[in-house]
Amino acid sequence: MKILVFVNHVPDTETKVKVSADGKTIDPAGVNYMLNPYDEIAVEEGLKLREKSSGEVVVVSLGTDANKETLRKALAMGCDKAVVLKDSSPRDSFGVARALADYAKEYSPDIILCGKQSIDYDDAQVGGLVAEMLGLPSISVVVNLDVTDGAIVAEREIEGGHEIVHSRLPAVIIAQKGLNQPRYPSLKGIMDAKRKQIEERVVSAIKPRVEVLAMKKPSAKPPGKIVGTDASAIPELVRLLHEEAKII
Amino acid sequence: MKIIAFAEQRNNQFKKTAFEVVCAAKTIADELSAELVALVVGGNVSPIAGELGKYGASRVIVVEDSRLQYYSTTAYAKVIAEVAQQESGQVIFLSASSLGKDVAPRVAAKLDAGLATDCTAIRVENGDCVATRPVYAGKGLTDVRITSPVKMFSLRPNVFSAGTPSSGAATIEKRNVPLTDADFTAAVKEVKASSGKKDVAEADIIVSGGRGLKGPEHFAMIEELASTLNAAVGASRAVVDAGWRPHDEQVGQTGKTVAPTLYIAVAISGAVQHLAGMSSSKFIVAINKDKDAPIFSIADYGIVGDAFEIVPAFSAELKKVLGK
Ligand SMILES: Cc1cc2nc3c(=O)[nH]c(=O)nc-3n(C[C@H](O)[C@H](O)[C@H](O)COP(=O)(O)OP(=O)(O)OC[C@H]3O[C@@H](n4cnc5c(N)ncnc54)[C@H](O)[C@@H]3O)c2cc1C
Ligand SMILES: Nc1ncnc2c1ncn2[C@@H]1O[C@H](COP(=O)(O)O)[C@@H](O)[C@H]1O
Repeated sequence: MKILVFVNHVPDTETKVKVSADGKTIDPAGVNYMLNPYDEIAVEEGLKLREKSSGEVVVVSLGTDANKETLRKALAMGCDKAVVLKDSSPRDSFGVARALADYAKEYSPDIILCGKQSIDYDDAQVGGLVAEMLGLPSISVVVNLDVTDGAIVAEREIEGGHEIVHSRLPAVIIAQKGLNQPRYPSLKGIMDAKRKQIEERVVSAIKPRVEVLAMKKPSAKPPGKIVGTDASAIPELVRLLHEEAKII
Repeated sequence: MKIIAFAEQRNNQFKKTAFEVVCAAKTIADELSAELVALVVGGNVSPIAGELGKYGASRVIVVEDSRLQYYSTTAYAKVIAEVAQQESGQVIFLSASSLGKDVAPRVAAKLDAGLATDCTAIRVENGDCVATRPVYAGKGLTDVRITSPVKMFSLRPNVFSAGTPSSGAATIEKRNVPLTDADFTAAVKEVKASSGKKDVAEADIIVSGGRGLKGPEHFAMIEELASTLNAAVGASRAVVDAGWRPHDEQVGQTGKTVAPTLYIAVAISGAVQHLAGMSSSKFIVAINKDKDAPIFSIADYGIVGDAFEIVPAFSAELKKVLGK
């Protein structure tokens, strides 16, 4: 089976957001990057599918040379091949999806796996966009996946329950936390990954459809009220919720 | 100009988010002197379509087909995109619910539209829609504009008001969108409801517990407090990873983003990744024995003390006050 996984290179979850001088993006100074957590789950699922059915797992990331660090992590987990699509100009999800869909068309995978959302812009768009661009079915926020003889049974999260979705390969599967527990790279995996070549391709820039006019930090909340230090504070808390917050 | 509001239903009942979307779209339509058209898709939805009139829709388009009773990504995307095209809709609003998040990118690709997801505010500036959307899990806020001819916005649930229903009426128009088997390449075969459990993403009140509760058995007191308040139970990642709670209860950067009226955090330290998922709650109550826990920095009301003493007392007091 040919398995293609999209992985994004994103600021880690501890990042303190500071707005750059342009007033539209975050200041990259001092920011550490990581493999997007949902994409780590997508990689793990790809590896599990390969273990079940043989074949190869290719990881692709769109960005700059810096994305190679994230691709190496995926290689260290056990992926066979990594590709970086290089474009340093800003893109929105539509532009990202276009380049990834073009690559996928050429590679023609049996299954595409990606994450639910990039934890930088929290767009949650690329998987659905790519699927539509390629005319493939997509299943999002997947927490359980079974692929047998080309037939897919997936469980996806919805409010207050789960949906069981049936589909067929080729398809795009969009991973949610809970789908699996990503493995840690083994020492051998890390050593092997260092030796593997990362294929580079330059892709042409594309004008974003979503234009960021300004970025700011949310206004800090004024300090709250400490109502007390034991259960004797409860009546006062309930009064505040009733009279000030008007909730109860 | 025409604005389309996709009004979501499940089991032939509107979701609260349907009214939020129609109401927000109506405000924007009025400012732009645009016509608002609401769209309802499902198995048997004509009987409910009229309700949207009360939220500002004067025209409602209904697409009904027994195969649309359950959600199908591919079929719903086709129906929404076709109706938008037939109507020459330039702005499309939908909810960033699980269905909206799933279908919106596919509709955007079909219409070659820019899409701003999970918006928390929307306004008109120089005749154009400007949306506010949180990024970096709410640590940043961006104002965005869409440059393509068709513009799509999905609205974060529970953030926009559904207003108060008026006596407004709507004309209902049935529309036929021909569908073939090829439009159902991904189809829902079954819906498993979590046994009567309230979902954090939809609840008005959430009571969340963290690692300070020491073990899964102590969530009984969290459940009791939640049931007293008719609230959903939430959890930090630490307790989900420990297997104490199912992961659909996880609130935070890699869990659910919630915006309830009241969020009660019990024995949760308030790591940035947790705050990311709940900081837009309207009122936050923190119960933690460590006065320096970061959760207090965003709490409106806090009690610095032992959850094992405070939570049962809280439930008891509420039962008294609420007459339960
Ligand atoms: C990539 C990534 C993604 C993440 N995503 C999420 C996410 O989505 N959601 C999330 O929640 N976390 C997430 N985390 C984890 C996060 O960093 C924290 O580890 C986690 O939120 C801590 O959970 P906690 O507050 O329950 O536990 P702790 O940090 O251990 O806090 C326990 C708290 O309980 C208090 N306490 C102890 N005993 C009592 C008592 N008797 N009475 C009252 N208070 C008491 C303590 O003072 C302490 O503040 C993520 C981390 C990473 C790296
Ligand atoms: N630059 C990128 N390179 C590769 N994959 C990406 C990129 N951006 C997004 N993705 C994939 O698309 C998913 C959804 O991202 P987004 O729509 O940006 O929130 C991510 O979890 C990744 O799997």
